[in-house]
Amino acid sequence: MTDTLVEARGLTKRFDDLTAVDGIDFDIHQGEAFGFLGPNGAGKTSTMKMITTVSPITEGKLTVFGLDPTTQGRSIRQRIGVVPQEDNLDLELTVSENLYIYGRYHDMSRAEINPRITELLEFAQLSDRRDSTVEPLSGGMKRRLTIARALINDPDLIILDEPTTGLDPQARHLLWDRLYRLKRDGATLIITTHYMDEAEQLCDRLVVMDQGKIVAEGSPRELIEQYAPREVLELRFDDEQRDDAVIKMDGVAARSEVLADRVLLYTDDADDTQRALHDRGVHPEQVLVRRSTLEDVFLRLTGRRLID
Amino acid sequence: MSVSAPSRISGIGRLTPFRAQRIWEHNYIAYRRLWKVVFSGFFEPVFYLFSVGVGIGALVGDVSGPGGVPVSYAAFVAPALMAASAMNGAVIETTFNIFFKLRFQNVYEGILTTPMQPADIAIGEIGWALLRGVLYSSTFIIVMVVMGLTTSWLAILAIPGSVLVGFAFGAVGLAATTYMRSWQDFDLVTLATMPMFLFSGTFYPLDVYPPAIQLVAKISPLYHGTELLRGFTLGVLDWTMLVHALFLLVMGLIGAAIANRRLDAMLRK
Amino acid sequence: MTVLSRSLRVAESEAIAYRRTWRGTVISSFINPILFLAAMGAGLGSLVDSGSGELAVPYLAFVATGLMAASGMQNGATDGSFPVMAGILWRKNFIGAISTPISPSDIIYGRFLWAMLRLTFVLVVFAVIAVLFGAMEIGPALLAVPPAVLTGLGFLTVITSWTVTQKDGLSLSTLFRFAIVPLFLFSGTFFPISQLPGFLQPVAYVTPLFHGVELVRKIALPGVDASVVTSIPMWIHFAYLLTMVAVGLYLSTRLLDKRLRP
Ligand SMILES: Nc1ncnc2c1ncn2[C@@H]1O[C@H](COP(=O)(O)OP(=O)(O)OP(=O)(O)O)[C@@H](O)[C@H]1O
Ligand SMILES: [Mg+2]
Repeated sequence: MTDTLVEARGLTKRFDDLTAVDGIDFDIHQGEAFGFLGPNGAGKTSTMKMITTVSPITEGKLTVFGLDPTTQGRSIRQRIGVVPQEDNLDLELTVSENLYIYGRYHDMSRAEINPRITELLEFAQLSDRRDSTVEPLSGGMKRRLTIARALINDPDLIILDEPTTGLDPQARHLLWDRLYRLKRDGATLIITTHYMDEAEQLCDRLVVMDQGKIVAEGSPRELIEQYAPREVLELRFDDEQRDDAVIKMDGVAARSEVLADRVLLYTDDADDTQRALHDRGVHPEQVLVRRSTLEDVFLRLTGRRLID
Repeated sequence: MSVSAPSRISGIGRLTPFRAQRIWEHNYIAYRRLWKVVFSGFFEPVFYLFSVGVGIGALVGDVSGPGGVPVSYAAFVAPALMAASAMNGAVIETTFNIFFKLRFQNVYEGILTTPMQPADIAIGEIGWALLRGVLYSSTFIIVMVVMGLTTSWLAILAIPGSVLVGFAFGAVGLAATTYMRSWQDFDLVTLATMPMFLFSGTFYPLDVYPPAIQLVAKISPLYHGTELLRGFTLGVLDWTMLVHALFLLVMGLIGAAIANRRLDAMLRK
Repeated sequence: MTVLSRSLRVAESEAIAYRRTWRGTVISSFINPILFLAAMGAGLGSLVDSGSGELAVPYLAFVATGLMAASGMQNGATDGSFPVMAGILWRKNFIGAISTPISPSDIIYGRFLWAMLRLTFVLVVFAVIAVLFGAMEIGPALLAVPPAVLTGLGFLTVITSWTVTQKDGLSLSTLFRFAIVPLFLFSGTFFPISQLPGFLQPVAYVTPLFHGVELVRKIALPGVDASVVTSIPMWIHFAYLLTMVAVGLYLSTRLLDKRLRP
């Protein structure tokens, strides 16, 4: 099937003796939004950099648009747009000049670029900052400009490494909306994110990476069904009662997790569990019932280690 | 859209092996606002020239120029200052400015996600540095003409000569910058250029030194630049100038090759 | 705390920072002046002394004394510009300091004390090296250190008060290009001012470096004649430089206060 845009088999990246990406396989199809989740250092950015052809692969096979990144990097890069994890805007240039020069790097003519700049500034809601230098822009504005810059060449594949980090909620929702529209117009998106709501909103399919390996793969729905019981009970206790309650609750749910401020019970039927708690004489101060989310899956798969 | 759809890139962009001119375009845009700073760099060698012309020259009198011909002290020093201005322009550009873009702004990492390649960056930046050097040296030679410090038509050749100086120092400067770790390392740039400026036969013929020190001074690339330009502006041609030119060319090529290899390794990890 | 003890704290913080940055100043403070001494004094000197013979002292001695004052200027100007801008804009250590009992004027006085110490050290080293080159006698050379330090402090304070009014670092490079370098080249360091075109001579006489150079020369080269120095009495040079320091201190404390506590 020719609609595979990116294909990786046994893809590996090593820095000296550190294996950042450890033999991963994935296919990204034309027109989908594909997510990479994973804790810090999982190897997401390393994978993105190999796809954007700026980082040579150590081992395995990778094709982008059916092309080989090692020998056909330039042809690949003509058709992608990249939002790096860390902004690398040119602080010496103004907002519009940043867009202009990237258009030139893509060999677009001035006549092609100028209307595009207007359009993209509109898109990024930066029209009124067009001639301002980049330095004094706020963090979120810089991020939006970086995203606009990635779109200057009307790319077929857009690679976004944590695109919404540092954005305020309005800007995030705006960006989701814009990304959704790009996808609707036929673009393919690759996204890494630490926001599970974002992944649920945007991604058709995603993989969870941990320590260089892919530990789960599927649509957000599938992953939740596969890795987390349907519902979660979040219980809060008085400090004195808590230890006692934890002992009493043992085995009451499929899985439980004791956090500093609350206890989480994962269960397929919250009502049943609540009744069982009552029977065992557990009386939490506060009970919250919610559906399982991708976040629960993520924590389950990658452990409750520190996520920055 | 099919996966092997032809890209939009067509015409010249596809044909040129290098897109170095895009780097020039970038720098041109960035410098439009900074032209005063760039232009002010032209004055330092001119101040030196005046100081030599009105002051020190009177103390020294005539000196023996290329081929032993006596020339006024100012006419002797002027081509050396011209070479030094080409060196300084190129070195400032490829060291301080590039370091900032390379280490702090990650500008090049971004550029490499477009069809640009590391070689485009290396060639473009060296070319731009050379241009800045030549800008200084060619405005400087106008001052020399006005002050009557060169009367030979051969002086025109000093401009291509300073292209070589700019190329050699721009390329080596860029190569050196890829090894720099912090701003403190830039002291080493001063530590290299300052003695070169003072001891490359700039202010007096090398024969005031004992033979052993003369030999050391002759390794200095600026010495070769100075001698080359001095021959042209004083209108005395000599086959050793070919050696000087060759020295600068080889130095530039080696510097460019190292810079290119290092940039590639740094930016495409 | 008294003004003095607060200023000493500031001087102390400068000294601590210097432990990290001294490497950078080695080149501008020690190596550069010595290179100029070797190239211009010794190298060029051999041409000058065998040339017109207009100077009554060896050119090496002439240049060494000029460079001593110029080195004071260079060090003072550097200390009064980039680190001050850094304190306000980049490193922001001044901003940090004034959130403690330290006031802007303490910063000025503290940096002044520290500069006095550093300039003395730098210039003593220079004087000793010049003596080793055979440019001067050790006694007069050391006596000439205080006037060279005074020259440096004059530049430090006046340039500090100018720097604190500047928006960004760009103008600092302009200062060096269009003020410090011309002073270095035309204020008598490398040739007597009497060689300048007539209309420029009065300009040179009012520049601060001229007074520094004259003072150092008159002290370090006792008994030199009118081909080397002017007949202006030494107290005028002293008065000029002291006034510069006083005005500089007055202005820089005012202006820094305005800048940091608008
Ligand atoms: N240039 C490099 N040289 C050496 N090691 C590197 C380099 N780049 C990344 N690494 C290492 O590779 C591993 C994976 O890093 P990567 O940046 O891919 O993680 P990530 O999943 O993007 O993490 P984050 O969520 O924090 O962005 C880390 O251990 C990192 O230290
Ligand atoms: Mg990352």
